[in-house]
Amino acid sequence: MKLLEMNHIKKEFDGLGVIHDISLSVDEGEILSIIGPSGSGKSTLLRCATMLEQIDGGEILYMGERAAYVDADGTRVYPKGEQAKKIHSYFGLVFQNFNLFPHYSVMKNITDAPIRIQKRGKEEVYREARELLAKMGLSDKENAYPCQLSGGQCQRVAIARALALNPKILFFDEPTSALDPELTGEVLKVIRSLAELNITMVIVTHEMSFARDISDRVIFMDKGVVALEGKPDEVFDADHARIREFLGKIQER
Amino acid sequence: MKLSVMLEQLSTGMLKSMSIFFLTLIFSLPLGLLISFGRMSKNKILRTIMKVYISIMRGTPLMLQLLVVYFGPYYLFGMQIGGTYRFTAIILGFSLNYAAYFAEIYRSGIESMPVGQYEAARVLGYGKMQCFFCIIFPQVVKRILPSITNEVITLVKDTSLSFSLAYAEMFTIAKQIAAAQTTFVPFVVAAIFYYVFNLVVAVAMERIEKKLSYYH
Ligand SMILES: Nc1ncnc2c1ncn2[C@@H]1O[C@H](COP(=O)(O)OP(=O)(O)OP(=O)(O)O)[C@@H](O)[C@H]1O
Ligand SMILES: [Mg+2]
Repeated sequence: MKLLEMNHIKKEFDGLGVIHDISLSVDEGEILSIIGPSGSGKSTLLRCATMLEQIDGGEILYMGERAAYVDADGTRVYPKGEQAKKIHSYFGLVFQNFNLFPHYSVMKNITDAPIRIQKRGKEEVYREARELLAKMGLSDKENAYPCQLSGGQCQRVAIARALALNPKILFFDEPTSALDPELTGEVLKVIRSLAELNITMVIVTHEMSFARDISDRVIFMDKGVVALEGKPDEVFDADHARIREFLGKIQER
Repeated sequence: MKLSVMLEQLSTGMLKSMSIFFLTLIFSLPLGLLISFGRMSKNKILRTIMKVYISIMRGTPLMLQLLVVYFGPYYLFGMQIGGTYRFTAIILGFSLNYAAYFAEIYRSGIESMPVGQYEAARVLGYGKMQCFFCIIFPQVVKRILPSITNEVITLVKDTSLSFSLAYAEMFTIAKQIAAAQTTFVPFVVAAIFYYVFNLVVAVAMERIEKKLSYYH
């Protein structure tokens, strides 16, 4: 089943096109990586999918249900009220710079939304949160505050926070770009462990070997379009001028 | 006049000063938040009105504002003033004035919040109200506490401006006694009162700041 479909998405900022007619879909259990040069619109695409930005054209479907679209005369239609709540519960997003709530403890960061928003039972939520923290290797940190954690630990808490809402699909926007190189590994390891659990993920990343290794499918974006799409080997070994140039530049660093 | 009589009179003034202080805070802190919302509203008319309001409140003397609030209803509508309206006018005047200052402090705090906090809350499903009151506002309070403390300390001293409406708070009484008895003592007592009151306020605010220092 297709969890997410984005059809003919367009996005402009101040009249300047950033995303030009992008279509993609994500199957249940699939891991899709999005790579591409800086400014190619990867973040914008994720922000459109997670409704942090409103699209200027096209449609977004979650679970086959039309979640947002732009109709023939250019009016954006976004869900409201209960419908919006339902659509929002389908996805989670992990930010580059974590965006943990600094005034909440690790435990509260993870449990507040399930309890306050989803109105789930406290005990069950806490039990699940502890399991998640154990999975993230952070069992001893449940009472710590974000400012007491390393970047890698913060990002793992942010992943646990997103997972606690049981989303159908989890988006990552460069989850390791704000981290020191030695902390990148621990976060990638956690994401790998999620892959083993068949969690559907869309990952924007500059970690090429990681993307190649973990993904079922890779999209190479360039200047607001999907320049190349396919199995990791097909994309990374493609005889395509733009991706060769891009991968070449990455290797130089 | 015996010292004990003098102190007794002054102490009723102290109570009145303190009630002006607390009532002003109770009304102006929430009112300031509402004004800051208006000041940041998407509605241009509302935004402009609030901007002008804040500008007038901060740009004219508080004593003048107290006089306008007190005598205004008489000159404008021929309303009966005096009696209990004197106290009401004082609280109204102080609250309207301090709310303007607090509004700007709230605004600076709210605008300093990183947009990522709103976005994280939104993606997690927090509604607008939940996001503001659970995620944003508690952090804003911590950020603006030092500026709030400044205003609160100023308010303690500003309560003495009530003498302009001849309301019998601490300062007005001290002045009356001093003039009638040709003695300097009431002023000394008044000075000690304001100083100790502010000391207590400062310690209380410091406590709150400390309580919120568990994160940064
Ligand atoms: N809020 C905004 N207002 C105006 N322009 C924006 C906004 N957000 C993004 N852009 C522009 O859209 C383009 C795509 O940006 P985006 O952040 O999606 O790129 P990216 O592929 O994620 O890049 P990076 O790898 O550096 O994160 C850039 O040219 C950027 O300047
Ligand atoms: Mg980006």
